[in-house]
Amino acid sequence: MTTTTAPAARKPATMAQALTRALRDAMAEDPAVHVMGEDVGALGGVFRVTDGLAAEFGEDRCSDTPLAEAGILGTAVGMAMYGLRPVVEMQFDAFAYPAFEQLVSHVARMRNRTRGAVPMPLTIRIPYGGGIGGVEHHSDSSEAYYLATPGLQVVTPGTVEDAYGLLRASIASDDPVVFLEPKRLYWTKSDWSPDAPTPVAPLGRAEIRRRGSSATLLTYGPSLPVCLEAAEAARAEGWDLEVVDLRTLVPFDDETVCASVRRTGRAVVVHESNGFGGPGGEIAARVTERCFHHLEAPVLRVAGFDIPYPPPMLERHHLPGVDRILDTVARLQWESRWTEGRDA
Amino acid sequence: MTVLEQPGSSRHTSGPAGPPPTWRPRVDPAPLLPDAEPYRLLGTEAARRLDAGLLKRLYAELVRGRRYNAQATALTRQGRLAVYPSSTGQEACQVAAALALEAQDWLFPSYRDTLAAVARGLDPVQALTLLRGDWHTGYDPHEHRVAPLCTPLATQLPHAVGLAHAARLKGDDVVALALVGDGGTSEGDFHEALNFAAVWQAPVVFLVQNNGFAISVPLAKQTAAPSLAHKAVGYGMPGRLVDGNDAPAVHEVLTDAVRRAREGGGPTLVEAVTYRVEAHTNADDATRYRTEAEVEAWRAHDPIALLERELTARGLLDEELAGAAREGAERLAADLRERMHADPPLEPMDLFDHVFTEQSDQLRAQAAQLRAELAAEAEGHPETATGTAPPAQEARS
Repeated sequence: MTTTTAPAARKPATMAQALTRALRDAMAEDPAVHVMGEDVGALGGVFRVTDGLAAEFGEDRCSDTPLAEAGILGTAVGMAMYGLRPVVEMQFDAFAYPAFEQLVSHVARMRNRTRGAVPMPLTIRIPYGGGIGGVEHHSDSSEAYYLATPGLQVVTPGTVEDAYGLLRASIASDDPVVFLEPKRLYWTKSDWSPDAPTPVAPLGRAEIRRRGSSATLLTYGPSLPVCLEAAEAARAEGWDLEVVDLRTLVPFDDETVCASVRRTGRAVVVHESNGFGGPGGEIAARVTERCFHHLEAPVLRVAGFDIPYPPPMLERHHLPGVDRILDTVARLQWESRWTEGRDA
Repeated sequence: MTVLEQPGSSRHTSGPAGPPPTWRPRVDPAPLLPDAEPYRLLGTEAARRLDAGLLKRLYAELVRGRRYNAQATALTRQGRLAVYPSSTGQEACQVAAALALEAQDWLFPSYRDTLAAVARGLDPVQALTLLRGDWHTGYDPHEHRVAPLCTPLATQLPHAVGLAHAARLKGDDVVALALVGDGGTSEGDFHEALNFAAVWQAPVVFLVQNNGFAISVPLAKQTAAPSLAHKAVGYGMPGRLVDGNDAPAVHEVLTDAVRRAREGGGPTLVEAVTYRVEAHTNADDATRYRTEAEVEAWRAHDPIALLERELTARGLLDEELAGAAREGAERLAADLRERMHADPPLEPMDLFDHVFTEQSDQLRAQAAQLRAELAAEAEGHPETATGTAPPAQEARS
């Protein structure tokens, strides 16, 4: 693995490499950590995130399973019952659906139904989201299903550093984590180095990625770079946007989010999964309930359309981009524009 | 499969037109096939050689199990249980499941297998909390190595495979026995569990209790397979067919399968042919989908009666054995009645305690809300709040 052998490891690392390093470090630290899934062994995963792990730790610790997602997660439940810490790979978002029953009926509630006697220290890695030109069933944003299931933690990194830190924290957690990896950020590079200590990020804490005063963009995962770009572009319009990276959807960091919105008085939630029934509705409601008297405008949402994920040649029209974010930010001038419109 | 591209049966040809190098046919698939008829011991010559102690133990457990089923069914009529899926007529499978395992082994029961869990040593009241409704799993699964009673069909089978696999990776001498009904064999999780188990050669045994019906749907509408045991062949594990009402036969077949798993021989699928004498649950009307004549025929093949006949033939069924079995059963029933007639102590704040290791901010806020509601309830309606109100000090916090 190049990231570990290069002593002058100042060359940029990708998010995929940071994830690999997180798995490797977790496996080296704790023999209970087992990586399992389809193609995770010799191939190193279709995105190469498990590259080299089978060679280093053996096929018992990084194992190719039969191709069956319910079986992968179901057997991982039994392994966790016996004291292991399985890290399961689901390969693609829409491929995880066959495992949904195991996730909802067992993984999420095993601790609860046994009153804490059987914890589920499982991490379920799911590459998710669009923007890589994947064909049907390779680009879903499925986070709403998971965050609607009590007992699951839902984590999604937006930066290379967080990919390492949040995955380490997820594997260390004694509760199950759905770890959503934004596919289109796998090849994002940063000067993060595996040889420099990276703090293991606590789950449930949002991070302000850009300070601003006019409005807050609340976002996560694949939409984080889009929001940062939009914030730069908005300067030309006279908007100074704050960007909050939620990092974990469950637990949700009301404190950081509300402190930001109270400061700016305006908020827009940005994500690429569909808006109706999507995470943005929950987030907007939470913000409104807690910050109503500080708000200068309704909390708005920028989301993908309420359609099955489109074919790759049309996906750019579906995914929220800088322009759609800026148009929505402009609508935050509630008093002047919307009121005038009504009077006209 | 590339072998299909070869003309004729490439498995039996040689030379340049032979099969591609990755094709590895099983040399002798015959040992995987189950017998055409269910395996039986009672009434045969072989039964004469069975250990008298084992027969007596099986008898006592069967009688106890029958009484447990009757008492639990009565408790549903008294409103003490929300529901009870009786295993009357299937006691031999349940008892054999428990007795085939060593202390370190694990049992993965379905919702109808309370009796197997109790036979393994579980507190009879704690085993009923799911069906009573005071908590989902009233026992610590690690204490007797009994997984939670599983309500979704066949989803506990992959758990058994994973646990057995993990134990083997750790070098521990542990076998997992997973129970499922005939209906459950149609589920995808059944297929995936058997396939994983065979590929991993996991030390696990699957026991299908084929009791004839999935609620109201008969086996003929569930599968077109010659028997459920035949399904094993496709996964590459042995399938065994056994008379599920013949307690020593089920015990022997399961003990063999458990031993084989323990010795590294891999998984086995056992189909025990039995019958659900009672309805699916107390909420079901079995007269809508089967005849009384059919039930009567099966009553004549009752597991306790079959064993009594054997014991009598060998002069083992004396008043001492029968009396002890009866007394043990009545003690169990009396204990169950007494303890189940007391209202269970409920702690509403438990609702929030075991969702996550550390309570999230969201759940802390909701717990505070419930605590306040409980305090108000205790203040306003002290007579109805007995046993549910939190201590005053906690209510103020």
